[in-house]
Amino acid sequence: MTDVTVPKPDMIKADGPQRDVSSRDFTVRRRSQSALVLRRFLQHRLAVISLVVFLVLVLLSLFAETWWQYTSTTITDDLSQGPSLKHPMGTDSTGHDLLAKVLAGARVSVLVALLVAVLSTAFGTVFGALSGFYGGRADTLMMRFVDLILTVPSLAILITLGATIAGGGGDPIVIALILASLSWLQIARIIRGLFLSLREKEYVEAARCLGASNRRIIFRHLLPNAVGPIIVNATIVVAVAILAETALSFLGFGIKFPSTSLGLLVAEGQSAASTRPWLFYFPGLVIVLIALTINFVGDGLRDALDPQQNRVRA
Amino acid sequence: MTAAVEVPPTPLPSADPVLQVRNLVKHFPVRGSGVTRRTVGEIHAVCDVSFDVARGETLGVVGESGCGKSTTGRAILNLQPATSGQVIYDGKDVTQLTGSALRVVRRDMQLVFQDPFASLNPRMTVNNLVGEPLVIHHIGESKQARRDVVAELLRTVGLNPEHGNRYAHEFSGGQRQRIGIARAIALEPKVLVLDEPVSALDVSIQAGVVNLLEDLQDRLGLSYVFIAHDLSVVRHIADRVAVMYLGRIVEVATRDALFERPAHPYTRALLSAIPIPDPRKERERRRIVLVGDVPSPAAPPSGCRFRTRCQVFRDDLNDDQRQLCIEQHPALEERGQGHPVSCHYADVERVV
Repeated sequence: MTDVTVPKPDMIKADGPQRDVSSRDFTVRRRSQSALVLRRFLQHRLAVISLVVFLVLVLLSLFAETWWQYTSTTITDDLSQGPSLKHPMGTDSTGHDLLAKVLAGARVSVLVALLVAVLSTAFGTVFGALSGFYGGRADTLMMRFVDLILTVPSLAILITLGATIAGGGGDPIVIALILASLSWLQIARIIRGLFLSLREKEYVEAARCLGASNRRIIFRHLLPNAVGPIIVNATIVVAVAILAETALSFLGFGIKFPSTSLGLLVAEGQSAASTRPWLFYFPGLVIVLIALTINFVGDGLRDALDPQQNRVRA
Repeated sequence: MTAAVEVPPTPLPSADPVLQVRNLVKHFPVRGSGVTRRTVGEIHAVCDVSFDVARGETLGVVGESGCGKSTTGRAILNLQPATSGQVIYDGKDVTQLTGSALRVVRRDMQLVFQDPFASLNPRMTVNNLVGEPLVIHHIGESKQARRDVVAELLRTVGLNPEHGNRYAHEFSGGQRQRIGIARAIALEPKVLVLDEPVSALDVSIQAGVVNLLEDLQDRLGLSYVFIAHDLSVVRHIADRVAVMYLGRIVEVATRDALFERPAHPYTRALLSAIPIPDPRKERERRRIVLVGDVPSPAAPPSGCRFRTRCQVFRDDLNDDQRQLCIEQHPALEERGQGHPVSCHYADVERVV
């Protein structure tokens, strides 16, 4: 862990190749920026734990067939059983093992949520950045467009899109696209506001004075300074996307049988919340777990990417 | 390439000018608060400013806050488009250049900012900050070659190249200003506009940075436009000094002439505010205290802009003489003091 190389006594005595230490103030090993970011991330204990939990969850659901005896479509003889060793999360009324269904659902839900987060963050950031950076008439047009979409109830749009584009098929990627088409709006507004203030910074003027192009200023100077809000919003979008997918599936316009998702499972289990609570609580718990861990990972990432942040957590 | 621009004559020519500023005007529109945001007025930030900067010369630009010093600097570099006027460098009018032609000129004209905290991107390491001009202008064949140049630049400004991997916030104010200077000289410019480069620094640090600037000027043959409000710093570094008031240059002279024989009442007032490090002398000398504030640059006074606060106008002139000040703008010209001054009743008085 020592970064300062202290001349060892035997090194000084030796006649051989002796490093000239006196000519330098002190010697610091050159640390690459990525190593520093990693180091800061690893210091964020909650983020590391969350990342591990999240990855374990994803791996378990991806390779469910290899370690769990049932699949989401296996029908067993145990109908509406509570949690037991044989069925850790119980079974539903047709005899499906809930753990198998939750694993399959998590796979779809995580795919949808991450896809929504990536797509909407990428598009929303670029849209907001251009709007905020150029300002003026383009900004007005772009932002009124965003306002226009935001005034329409989002659920109505989701249902319409879900019924028409998805064509009742319930393809997770199509569902992700539909959800992303609405969730980039908030990100665009936040980034636009941020860019409005960032573009007036003196270091932007300095870059312009050096002859930097607008593209360079946007991507090299402004975006890195907007990373914090971008990541925080992306993690929020993950949680929101899972919930939106739940709502859509609940209404019958999202993921459909035989495919499944955590949202669909919660929707199915909701009617049985009082009689067979395991059907409702276990998928719900996994949703909360995913949303929470992603938020903490995002928190850790934001701190790690901020060079001025050097607080070491206990 | 653009044809050489014809340079209008100036009342203050200099031999071998590298930068010529002619009748530079910068107005900022004042917009109403209504829906249409009509332009309801104009801030006269810079009015008809002309000067030359010779090769290797330091031109000090002084004046109180809000007199248009910084705006002049920005307009020279076309960071803020001038309303009218010309800035001629290398036969080209910088105010008319755009795109790649402007980028070419940027190699030769650079700016050092006042605030070393705000002018360095907090997300970039020193290596990236100082190396950025090299990347933008495609200097240096490889990453390693650029890194060597950056290390050399850091050594030049008195920083340890081994600290290149750090961020700006890990340095002190003086060190940051050195980073800003290293970035500005990375392209080996001919003209450096220094926008109050030391006024954000501790007095103890100021000397170090000023000495660095003088040293760089000797070594690299730079011309400086040194914007400042600290007259003692200007007296130390400048060859010539231009005094600005409310967007206009009111007096230009060589350093010694200005400090020995200030002719404009405003210059005299400024100089009388310099503290003298001798309590006995300090008590005995006469201070000229200006009363009131700078008039609004949106509605500058008629005639001489300084008359509302001028001690000569207030105390020494009769009504007939005052009428001239109110009606006619005093041109910046030689009035028997040995250097141009913009005052109808210019007089020489020793104040320092």
